Amino acid sequence: MEDRKFTKEHEWVEKVDQIIIIGITEFAQDQLGDIVSIELPKVGSSFKQNEAMAIIDSVKASSDIYSPVDGEITETNEKLLEQPELINQSPNEEGWILKMKPNNPEQLDSLLSKEQYNNLVGQSKE
Amino acid sequence: MRSPFFQNHLELKAKMVDFHGWEMPLQYSGIIDEHKNVRENVGLFDVSHMGRFKIKGDAESQIQKLITNDITKIGDKQSIYSPMCNEKGGIIDDIIVSRINSNEFLIIVNSSNIKKDFDWISGNIQSCEFQNITNDSALLALQGPKAINILKDMKVEQIENLKSFHLLEVKIDDVDCIISRTGYTGEDGFEILFDSKNVQIWKNLLEVGRKYGIKPVGLGARDTLRLETGLMLYGNDIDETVTPLEATLKWTVKFETEFIGKAALETKKVERKLRGFEIESKRIARKNNKVYDGQKEIGIVTSGGFSPTLNKPIGYCFVPVDYPLEREIMIDIGGKLYDTKLTSTRFYKK
Repeated sequence: MEDRKFTKEHEWVEKVDQIIIIGITEFAQDQLGDIVSIELPKVGSSFKQNEAMAIIDSVKASSDIYSPVDGEITETNEKLLEQPELINQSPNEEGWILKMKPNNPEQLDSLLSKEQYNNLVGQSKE
Repeated sequence: MRSPFFQNHLELKAKMVDFHGWEMPLQYSGIIDEHKNVRENVGLFDVSHMGRFKIKGDAESQIQKLITNDITKIGDKQSIYSPMCNEKGGIIDDIIVSRINSNEFLIIVNSSNIKKDFDWISGNIQSCEFQNITNDSALLALQGPKAINILKDMKVEQIENLKSFHLLEVKIDDVDCIISRTGYTGEDGFEILFDSKNVQIWKNLLEVGRKYGIKPVGLGARDTLRLETGLMLYGNDIDETVTPLEATLKWTVKFETEFIGKAALETKKVERKLRGFEIESKRIARKNNKVYDGQKEIGIVTSGGFSPTLNKPIGYCFVPVDYPLEREIMIDIGGKLYDTKLTSTRFYKK
């Protein structure tokens, strides 16, 4: 969790060897409220940076999960289909959403650091 | 604006939201948890944002002109739900009129319509005292199968004998209250009106309710509870472009009475109808999503949400009047069509 990067769309991104794991932040799950369903992309499908690749429905709203980089889906968290509430309960661990293989790992450098992200949500809380 | 219980909500760490200019609690423990607790136990809602008007004087026949329902069907200390229509039959608001006695009436209106309704009613009522008491009073709703136990424990006289849509003028903890057996949840319950300085009532109800599992409930669960029950939300399902006959409010239109909008409702052909829908695929439809039959756009979603009781997405939509229940249609959610079928708007019945 130390080296995680963040997006303005409230996702966290963790690099493990050649792949990245993506989830939503604690702040995002709290804002969304009770999450009741998720639509996941197919493994093997490709997305461009900032393209919507999954949809989370909470009792309050629907929100897209955007691809933080160009890449290909290598795995999705199928547990969430039966237990979408895992995202509320454990957004940083058990509630991870999907894994990707980035085409161009340098794109990760443009994402936010933990400090930058905390500043962002500190401001949008106001 | 803030309700008299604003500080209580902050103490309970509610997530607050702006609702038509009122800072109100959206949720405390979570929408689904609060929703289920109202169905199973009891919940306490601050609904002080609802508008409250008092009319004193010879008002009955004048109020009748304002509402589509039949006010002569209620006696003293009874309430009636009704749309209030304009000349075209469009719904200005849906309101509850309570008859305290032949010379005194109380009207509860939606918070979004307080000013509009006040102007409309004062323009149509003569030689009566007409007063907006919203800011001087507090309104709480105590809803759920165990609501009655709490008021019994608080020694509210005659509460067991109070019928649905009837009201009592009684004391709770030495505070003068008007309690009516009404609500917006589909459960047994009460709405309690009192002077806004008696804020301690909130804490007292929570304290006495503790052994019945009471929880405070925010506007989020208020919406999911009403949606499951087939109750209209002004601004979503009904507004001035919708008539009571298009909504599910035919039962409130009494053509044997005289009211503003009657001629329009008698002559205007009803072409669309509000229906319920359930979606199997778990995507939630939201207000203004389009409804399709094959390639053809046939209507629009007015309310959509997740039903904690059915554990699936539900909602209401307008479709052509000749579309029967069980008819299969599709809803466009984010550019993708989802199969669904038309149902009754009463997803939940006790």
